[in-house]
Amino acid sequence: MAKLTISDLKQIKEKHKSTFTLREGGYRAKVTVHMGTCGIAAGARNIVNALMDEIGKSGADDIIVTTSGCAGLCSKEPMVTVEILNNPPVKYKELTEDGIREIFREHVLGGKIVDKFALVIGSETTY
Amino acid sequence: MQKFRANLMVCAGTGCVACNALKVKKSLSDEIGKRRLQDEVQIVLTGCNGFCANGPIMSVQPDGIFYQKLKPEDIPIIVEEHLLKGRPVEKFMFREPESKTAVPKMNDIPFFKLQVLRALRNKGMIDPENIEDYISRDGYQAAAKALLELTPEETIKIVKDSGIRGRGGAGFPTGLKWEFCSKVISSSKYILCNGDEGDPGAFMDRSIMEADPHVVLEGMIIAGKAIGATKGYIYVRAEYPLAVKRLQLAIDQAKETGLLGENILDSGFSLDIEIYLGAGAFVCGEETALMRSLEGKRGMPRPRPPFPAVKGLWDKPTVLNNVETFANIPQIILNGAEWFRQLGTEKSTGTKVFVLTGAMNNIGLIEVPMGIPLKTIMYDIGGGISKGRKFKAVQGRHGRHKLYGERGEILSRVHRGRILRQMPSLQSGDAGDVRQIDRYNRGKRKGKRHRASPRPFA
Ligand SMILES: Cc1cc2nc3c(=O)[nH]c(=O)nc-3n(C[C@H](O)[C@H](O)[C@H](O)COP(=O)(O)O)c2cc1C
Ligand code: FES
Repeated sequence: MAKLTISDLKQIKEKHKSTFTLREGGYRAKVTVHMGTCGIAAGARNIVNALMDEIGKSGADDIIVTTSGCAGLCSKEPMVTVEILNNPPVKYKELTEDGIREIFREHVLGGKIVDKFALVIGSETTY
Repeated sequence: MQKFRANLMVCAGTGCVACNALKVKKSLSDEIGKRRLQDEVQIVLTGCNGFCANGPIMSVQPDGIFYQKLKPEDIPIIVEEHLLKGRPVEKFMFREPESKTAVPKMNDIPFFKLQVLRALRNKGMIDPENIEDYISRDGYQAAAKALLELTPEETIKIVKDSGIRGRGGAGFPTGLKWEFCSKVISSSKYILCNGDEGDPGAFMDRSIMEADPHVVLEGMIIAGKAIGATKGYIYVRAEYPLAVKRLQLAIDQAKETGLLGENILDSGFSLDIEIYLGAGAFVCGEETALMRSLEGKRGMPRPRPPFPAVKGLWDKPTVLNNVETFANIPQIILNGAEWFRQLGTEKSTGTKVFVLTGAMNNIGLIEVPMGIPLKTIMYDIGGGISKGRKFKAVQGRHGRHKLYGERGEILSRVHRGRILRQMPSLQSGDAGDVRQIDRYNRGKRKGKRHRASPRPFA
């Protein structure tokens, strides 16, 4: 590695920002993909991958993705919960890869709930 | 930059490694590979998290789900349930000692919740072997500020105003020490770090050196600039192999990136730091003995004055500070003296790292504000005395030799190895948590005289 300058220090910090948002908390949005056996069977893994892909493309560093167990509505899987800081969580149902991409752009980035996939507003908190 | 959805922070401090943390890590990478999660989940090896008695430990980020006492064979179920299906596994979580309910999140465990991390702020957060991790947590920003924006006088003023005192035991005001040395004119000066840590059972400094080696270097750079040092040494005992390894790696990385060596950050200031291995003599932790030992001579203290700030290593002006003292410096420079003073007492500002050991429910390393009641440390953070035993007495600071009771009353004085006055309650048969008393009673039974332990508190 070459000799670092002050701006290099800042750049390195910037480059790793999303990793440290993940470790430190302090994220703006959290998307929870429900990955019970039912969710996985319905394609939740692909939802996660599509989501990670969108986050990567957007360059956002304040959004995290977690997984949680079955949401209790197996017939409506794959499901995700979108939590934007200081807003009630929104559950989405019967998602496709395109669907999650749309939700990511419209809701996670844009703050607009995507009605056609929305199931409920407000839900149990995830840990 | 690849994005991961989860980071597994696996503790690779000495304690956890001793109970097989590296096998746990191997099992994790195997299992993650098997489940094809390697692009989603990253494993990070960290330094000591301070909860060593419960190791090997791991926290899963985001959310900070905390697992303890892991065995390699536990890993498949954690990977399947938690990482794949998102269901944290209760079986490996911390349990409330009394109610036995599982506490999923690290920050909800009282042991962690009641701590305030400053010197240990990077513990469990970074990979100590990766300089970019350190830089991402504002690493070397304080050095940059001290080298490029502040004059040595301004740096010294901030440190003086912060009120920080040396963490090595004597509690001398750090800013004052730097000021003395900065005023001496000499062609060469030295900045030394005391990583000898001879006090039995203590591992505060080891843990910092292992978990966050760059913070020690950064503190030394700032101090070095303030006093005009031309060379730095870290004196570490050879019994700390992991600390030595990580410090050396940090030094190599800092040199490679120009954060040590010639003309650091184009500031015109140059500093080189070397490690010197001590052979583990307790007395070599004392500053004048340490300097002699560094010179290759027998480590014997010498009378002061002259003080090391005037005549130290090789008779040149020298500043020696403790590892934890240095670990506090970058934050003081970045956040200011007032920020530092917000915690602690009027005369002892900031936080202090302590080791909890012996008959406590939670054993480990903690950082708390100065002036915190011992009771909070023992009962809330330490989880109380183990096996339901009763509190008996506290032995006060070295040199005073007093035993204090629950309400701070003096129970007895120990003088030259003899307990002079003893309260009846201390003679009752049940086990005390203060070893001196146990030993006293045992000695008495055998008809021996009690010998006070030489240095119960540093
Ligand atoms: C016998 C003896 C042993 C000591 N051992 C240590 C030690 O292991 N680590 C340490 O930092 N300071 C130790 N000290 C204190 C050092 O002499 C010195 O005060 C300290 O390292 C200065 O750093 P500070 O001002 O940052 O605390 C010891 C002192 C004595 C008298
Ligand atoms: S070594 Fe893992 S917690 Fe101390």
